[in-house]
Amino acid sequence: MSEYIEHDRVGKSVGQVEKKLYTFAESSEKMVLENGTHFGPITLAYETCGRLNSDRTNVILVLHALTGDSHMAGVYSEEDAKPGWWDIMIGPGKGMDTDRFFVVCSNIVGGCMGSTGPSSINPETGKPYGMDFPVLTMGDMVRAQKALMDHLGIKKLLSVVGGSVGGMQVLEWCVRYPEMVCSAIPLATTTKHSALAIAFNEVARQAIMADPNWCNGEYYSGKKPDLGLAVARMIGHITYLSDESMRQKFGRRLQDQSDFSYGFKADFQVESYLRYQGSKFVERFDANSFLYITKAADYFDLEQQHGGGSIVQAFSGVLAKFLVVSFTSDWLYPTYQSKTMVKAMKKNGIDVSFCEIEADCGHDAFLLPNERLTRLIRGFLEGVFNDIGR
Amino acid sequence: MISEGENTRYDLGIIASWIKPESRVLGLGCGEGELLYFLKTKKQVKETGIEIKEERVRTCIEKGLSVLQGDINEEILDYPPDYFDYVILSQTLQQVFEPESLICSMMKIGKQAIVSFPNFCHWRIRMQLLFSGNVPVTKELPYEWYNTPNIRVLSINDFRRFAERLNFRILKEAAIVLRDMNQNGDIVTTYPNLFASYGIFMIAKQKLKKNDEDKGMGNETS
Repeated sequence: MSEYIEHDRVGKSVGQVEKKLYTFAESSEKMVLENGTHFGPITLAYETCGRLNSDRTNVILVLHALTGDSHMAGVYSEEDAKPGWWDIMIGPGKGMDTDRFFVVCSNIVGGCMGSTGPSSINPETGKPYGMDFPVLTMGDMVRAQKALMDHLGIKKLLSVVGGSVGGMQVLEWCVRYPEMVCSAIPLATTTKHSALAIAFNEVARQAIMADPNWCNGEYYSGKKPDLGLAVARMIGHITYLSDESMRQKFGRRLQDQSDFSYGFKADFQVESYLRYQGSKFVERFDANSFLYITKAADYFDLEQQHGGGSIVQAFSGVLAKFLVVSFTSDWLYPTYQSKTMVKAMKKNGIDVSFCEIEADCGHDAFLLPNERLTRLIRGFLEGVFNDIGR
Repeated sequence: MISEGENTRYDLGIIASWIKPESRVLGLGCGEGELLYFLKTKKQVKETGIEIKEERVRTCIEKGLSVLQGDINEEILDYPPDYFDYVILSQTLQQVFEPESLICSMMKIGKQAIVSFPNFCHWRIRMQLLFSGNVPVTKELPYEWYNTPNIRVLSINDFRRFAERLNFRILKEAAIVLRDMNQNGDIVTTYPNLFASYGIFMIAKQKLKKNDEDKGMGNETS
């Protein structure tokens, strides 16, 4: 579920990109959400890299994780020190080669990175939605992305790629629009949250809602629930790492001191790291969006929503070819969860490849530079592209 | 024999020659996907491989092959009956913990199964056993007793008896010796159980539908 890792610029880049916006579901044609609410207008932020070919068969849709955004690669301006969150994977000659493919990354409705979310102005009241924002599902988010694809005139997706919560959207795409999706790469993801994953999310949400500044979500004109959101992020970061990676990264090392302070400042490096991650996060993310997206992730249950309780049934109409990837040290969405979906795909005769990559950096492994993952994705996409050509 | 300038291993070439174009093939313990890649590109088969080692799985997927990482004994259980035209177990039978149940699983999900293995009754092995008094170590089976992955010792005759006992039909078989770093080889027709270093069999369930029947029993290559 993480997310979002800042990298320095590496290798060739797609160069300058821009955040684009698409607004739909306006007053007369509001979108009917899964909870029954009629909702609109909806704005989605998105980014595109590469060129659409003449027969429109080279489109890759990238879906980001919990707190990511549409800015997947390149930079907004030449002064930008940090490129998009998956710049290591997307660019000329990279895992997703923008010299060959037209790569689109769509933000999600409910977020706070340019798309409509709880911090957006409710046109009916002239004030931010706050808790009046409807509770959304992964299905709603994907249906909104479908509207964006329609708007862009894209009828076929060569591949849909995403990790974590982005991977849930990938699966939702394959099930909802089987005729549209040629292939899919769900990374470090699951068909439903385990009790463990829901538990972590709930503790994170409680941290936000217990912050006195949260004010039932109406904090946009005053102080924000920064402390609660920071704690929520700290909890998240624990789940994105692993015992091994924390041992290697921090051990029991102390932060800028040789002995305990015998107080409650951040003595250990791991404490200092989590506090830093927490405080950095509040600068870019909205607490209410965090509540809504984590809830949608907890509600996500592919087998209940699409298979009447059967995971095999859920995949029964799916046509896409899959590359499923898990990571050995991911304890948020462990390998057995990927294997469960692979098994269901096999039972349906779906063409699926599966690889469990040895990595000690936990759930976030899919976002970190990893030549093995890059080559897997490159080879798989190439194969799919050739198959379509022939 | 297939070659077309490719450096395909001789034994894999024989297997490939038995496979009809555009069929559905499962390769168990497919390694780096040499055979599957050949079949995919030259015979347009719909391929799937199962391989336990991450590095080999990655090599396969990078080539554009559909391969699953996992244990063949478990992964084989998830497919619908008769889903594959051919299920191939190449040079792995001797390392399988429960060969009988694995081959039965292969016959469940595949219309035909192709199995190849080193012949433990090759004359060199017999001679070593007789004259040296040590458990044989050969080019084909280069391990000592304490580090060998080969836990199942069988001969070409043994496999025939096995097929008979389990009521499988042998559709094709080839007894071969390999040379030139396995790139070339010969079919052994005289006393194969004595002179062949490898056996390759294609088997099927006893009752086949007419249109699935593969004629030409006993033909090694075409």
